[in-house]
Amino acid sequence: MTEIPILSLITFLPLVGAFFILLIRGDEETAARNAKYTALYTSLFTFGLSVYMFCKFNGDLASFQFVEKYEWFSDLNIAYRMGVDGISVFFVMLSTLLMPICILAGWKSIKTRVKEYLAAFLVLETFMIGTFCALDIFLFYVFFEAVLIPMFLIIGIWGGPRRVYSAFKFFLYTLLGSVLMLLAMFSLYFTVGSSDITQLMNLHLPLSAQIWLWLAFFASFAVKMPMWPVHTWLPDAHVEAPTAGSVILAGVLLKMGGYGFLRFSLPLLPEASAYFSDLVFWLSIVAIVYTSLVALVQTDMKKMIAYSSVAHMGFVTLGIFTANVYGIQGAIFQMISHGIISGALFLIIGVVYDRLHTREIAQYGGIVKNMPKYAVVFMLFMLGSVGLPGTSGFVGEFLSLLGIFKVNTVIATFATSGVILGATYMLLLYRNVVFGKVTNKEAAKMKDLNGREIACFAPLIVLVLLLGILPNLVLDKTEATVTRLVERYNTSIELSQVAGEQNDIAPASGYRNADMLAGEPHRPANLDANASMKHDTMKQEKKDDAHVVSDVAGKGGES
Amino acid sequence: MEVIAIFAPLFGFLLAGLFGKGLTDKGSQFITCLCVIAAAVISCSMFFDVVLDGHTRIVDLVSWITVGEFTVNWALRFDQLSVIMMCVITVVSSCVHVYSIGYMSHDACKSRFMAYLSLFTFAMLMLVTADNLLQLFFGWEGVGLASYLLIGFWNHKDSANAASMKAFIVNRVGDFGLALGIMATFVVFGSIEFETIFAHAADMADVSFEFWGGSYHALTVIGLLLFMGAVGKSAQLGLHVWLPDAMEGPTPVSALIHAATMVTAGVFLVARFSPLYEYAPIALQTVCIFGGITAFVAATIGMTQFDIKRVIAYSTMSQLGYMFFALGVSAYGAAMFHLVTHAFFKALLFLGAGSVIHAMSDEQDMRNMGGIWKKIPTTYVLMWIGSLALAGVPFFAGYYSKDIILESAWADGSWFGSMAFWLGIAAAFMTAFYSWRLIIMTFHGKPRAEEKVMAHIHESPAVMLVPLFVLAFGALFSGKLLYDGFVGSAHHGSAVATHAGDTETHADVSLKEMEKSLHGAESASHDDAHNADHDDAHTQDEDAHHDDVAADDGHAASHGDAHAGPQFWADSLVVLPENDTVEAAHSVPLWVKKLPIVVGGVGILFAYIVYMWSSGLAKFFTTVFRPLYLLFFNKWYFDEIYNALFTRSAFVFGKIFSIMDKKLVDGLGPDGLSKLSLRVAAVLSRAQSGFLFHYAFIMIVAAVAILSWFVLIRPELF
Repeated sequence: MTEIPILSLITFLPLVGAFFILLIRGDEETAARNAKYTALYTSLFTFGLSVYMFCKFNGDLASFQFVEKYEWFSDLNIAYRMGVDGISVFFVMLSTLLMPICILAGWKSIKTRVKEYLAAFLVLETFMIGTFCALDIFLFYVFFEAVLIPMFLIIGIWGGPRRVYSAFKFFLYTLLGSVLMLLAMFSLYFTVGSSDITQLMNLHLPLSAQIWLWLAFFASFAVKMPMWPVHTWLPDAHVEAPTAGSVILAGVLLKMGGYGFLRFSLPLLPEASAYFSDLVFWLSIVAIVYTSLVALVQTDMKKMIAYSSVAHMGFVTLGIFTANVYGIQGAIFQMISHGIISGALFLIIGVVYDRLHTREIAQYGGIVKNMPKYAVVFMLFMLGSVGLPGTSGFVGEFLSLLGIFKVNTVIATFATSGVILGATYMLLLYRNVVFGKVTNKEAAKMKDLNGREIACFAPLIVLVLLLGILPNLVLDKTEATVTRLVERYNTSIELSQVAGEQNDIAPASGYRNADMLAGEPHRPANLDANASMKHDTMKQEKKDDAHVVSDVAGKGGES
Repeated sequence: MEVIAIFAPLFGFLLAGLFGKGLTDKGSQFITCLCVIAAAVISCSMFFDVVLDGHTRIVDLVSWITVGEFTVNWALRFDQLSVIMMCVITVVSSCVHVYSIGYMSHDACKSRFMAYLSLFTFAMLMLVTADNLLQLFFGWEGVGLASYLLIGFWNHKDSANAASMKAFIVNRVGDFGLALGIMATFVVFGSIEFETIFAHAADMADVSFEFWGGSYHALTVIGLLLFMGAVGKSAQLGLHVWLPDAMEGPTPVSALIHAATMVTAGVFLVARFSPLYEYAPIALQTVCIFGGITAFVAATIGMTQFDIKRVIAYSTMSQLGYMFFALGVSAYGAAMFHLVTHAFFKALLFLGAGSVIHAMSDEQDMRNMGGIWKKIPTTYVLMWIGSLALAGVPFFAGYYSKDIILESAWADGSWFGSMAFWLGIAAAFMTAFYSWRLIIMTFHGKPRAEEKVMAHIHESPAVMLVPLFVLAFGALFSGKLLYDGFVGSAHHGSAVATHAGDTETHADVSLKEMEKSLHGAESASHDDAHNADHDDAHTQDEDAHHDDVAADDGHAASHGDAHAGPQFWADSLVVLPENDTVEAAHSVPLWVKKLPIVVGGVGILFAYIVYMWSSGLAKFFTTVFRPLYLLFFNKWYFDEIYNALFTRSAFVFGKIFSIMDKKLVDGLGPDGLSKLSLRVAAVLSRAQSGFLFHYAFIMIVAAVAILSWFVLIRPELF
């Protein structure tokens, strides 16, 4: 890695752009125009660099690539460490892809403090990319928290009428979670003496310690995700944020929670993750069903999509904590796909909001007549959101469900019912906005998509279809990393159980007893006959055994 | 070549959909028709290659999803089952495409309509040629999408929008089961590729599977979950509520999607999975019971409806019920047979009804029709042919296929087989009754329409009638031609079954003769295909049709062969020897063979008595059997019950939850906290302003909290 420090370059280039934007002087109009072009070119150039990085990225390796390390607090063994693996590389790509689109989206609609607005977005981009590239927990924390500042400003300054309330809600929620995470990080740091994530991964903590750390991390990531019941900041934040803010919020910021689970909870605290997996499953199910129903009765377009985001993130958390390769691959794919689709849906709402300045669904209707192109684009992303096969939405959802089906069929059944509800509210939204009779004359006068808007949507349309038809473009690159993550996870679960640590703490769910029972001679024949099971993850086998064994026991034994 | 057959409609969809304006209406119509007819020509030529010569093959396109053990490819599977489906789909679709040129001539969005039809055809072809469950699911949802778009084609109508949403969502309920079935298949078989599943189905016959805490017979669970998908798509009782509403779509759509092809996808699915269902008797039993009851219930509703399209829609549902109970008694060949003949005569009936509606200036209520048969004689005759085939009058297509189903059900000997048989007999009576009720109310009696409408009545243009002739040909002859191949007896010589009225003995035909005629037909078809290239859309359609007929001829001849049945389907359908009801159906008692004809005849007669000769009788029956009549007329109150149970409660829960979000979650959580912190902050920051200060403030609070935590709880660190 003696080459150029490409990750740092990608990370800090937007910051440089933001710096130059703030230097721009001149009369307001010229300054605004120059600032826009500066921001656009900066973000496009950053995207170009990230594409270059992506092409150089070797999907066969499970380790971190493009690693950089500079001393920071060398006495304390805290360093500036950057690197990407198969998981984070896609989040970097997602951030760099959405940013130029966001800048284009606000091209006309932002009229006040344009320079500051653009600078805030570029700063935000730096922090987002930094979060995904950081390989040091404190560096991660700095970026992770810093993201809040520009986002807080974007909602608070350029947002809607209730922007201050929403901004504070957003801020308080996420910050409270983060404080706990910081505590956990300190604790990890003091235990290991290093803040290097790669070193922390080799750590084996007792389950009792893992549980507290896990909860602390969970507090932060669950809010970010957001999981039920700490999701209520999201609808408010979305409703008040400007279009581009919503796009970034839904497209990238929510993914930080999922990324955090994958980067910290699973690899660092595997036993606690297994211990709490049932809790996460049930919270996810509630999120999927509950928020889908809530979405159904919303009268505000943005709120509806915001709630749908919570439901979609439910699939992600389900997938991650299945801790098998299907679930995790599905979760990652779902996050990427949701980043594209929900981003696009917020853009779609932005298009009509720019024209009619209302998000009330009732104010629209019958606009397919005057906006046919818009109707087609909306239809496509609506279908992506409901997970129609052939769009990227399907692949992530299906793989997550497949993962959870292998672990727990009850949860899988509930989660799959979300597919029905998801279709219901999205079709309802589409019908009320695009189809039907024209009720608002102003709505009937709206102009169809212009060139700038089509340019915003075009890359997203291509991606939704491309990833739906050839999802292996993503899955191939994430596979090595995910496989290693799952292997490590299983190994540590196994090790801990061999060590008999389950005596330390009372088992919370049935499968913690699995290993003791699994060794017994009467393994039911039907599972042996089932050859397909053998390649499954270790944990899964144990769970199955546990189920079977307990069933057998329930039926009075089997000789 | 065979890949072109699948992707030509997609090409047509993309061209007409994206460049519809540039191409003009005529251009889009020409291109989409051309693409579909090309697909039809290729499909029918494949009939010889794949079905008759047994050259089944799988064409791998590109890998789709690879995760761990889960590998899925985009691949096309061409075997007997899929090619027969391809022929049906492309031929009917070609007819409907051409018919639509005439039917939609007054509509503003012609190219959009043609594009949707082509999209549907593509998705349906993907469904039937899928070589794994996920691709099947792709086609399955794809046809659902096309159906949604086409039902809601007139998107300014609220009723159309509501119907299209209902169709999509009710289908999603079925898809929910199908999706779970796919996952269960993967967990049990470790693969979702058909080859692997079918090869290992027998080994898995005793495997049990953990589902919802219990341990169940794996194949039964999978079978039932997949069947749930079929129930949704094929409008079987319980998830049928979308089909009648789907009649909001333009009539060609009803003919193509909601009669001939999409709704039969469920039948196809179960037939495709015959290797699996054969080892899941309870799943089959369920299929049979659902089918029998659906056939009966739908027929009762069909007798009371007044909307001409809805009558035919319920009739479709009822006929699908027949197919399902045939599947349920392992008579897969019989079900597929009925699927094919039904596709012809039901598409004919729908398009004929469309022709009537077109003539009557978009009137659909039969109470406002009557006395028009002299004005539109061609349509009248065509409707007669369709109805005769539907009612199972001897020598029409439906007669062969419906009888073999009923005979198979009886031959099964099980209680559910007999139940299905008697329900089927009852439905056969009602089918004949409502078919002639439709004909009499629509065409006979005094004109009940307004004079203005009556004056305007005209026979449809040729572009609409020619496709009807093609379908009528199928409704007349497909039964006879396909009988031996689809459900012919496997026994040689002495055990030859004599189908009632069908005295042709298979053994008489020598192999040599068959081969000769087969090759004759083949070369003829190639000529046709060749000529077609130089002709315009119309003649091509006819050629395609000739081709099909030629194929039928060839096939009928070749399967005069004694071992016709099993060879014809080869490995694409699997029936265990002890379940071979189609075989047993050839030796049922005479009364079982004759009964459907008798009740059919009585039904027709009854319709004449009630609606033609004794006008007061209809009223008499509705008053005497009022509760029963109301039950049928109100469709057994399914819509009302579902509305109360699901739709309303979903919205009620949605409202409750959104209030909970505001009051409970927010009230206790952030709002309370933020109020508190804002109050504190307001006090502290009176002199200051700006958000950054708040941030700094909170950071300080946090830092203090952290420090105190360490000091108090982990003092050893300091």
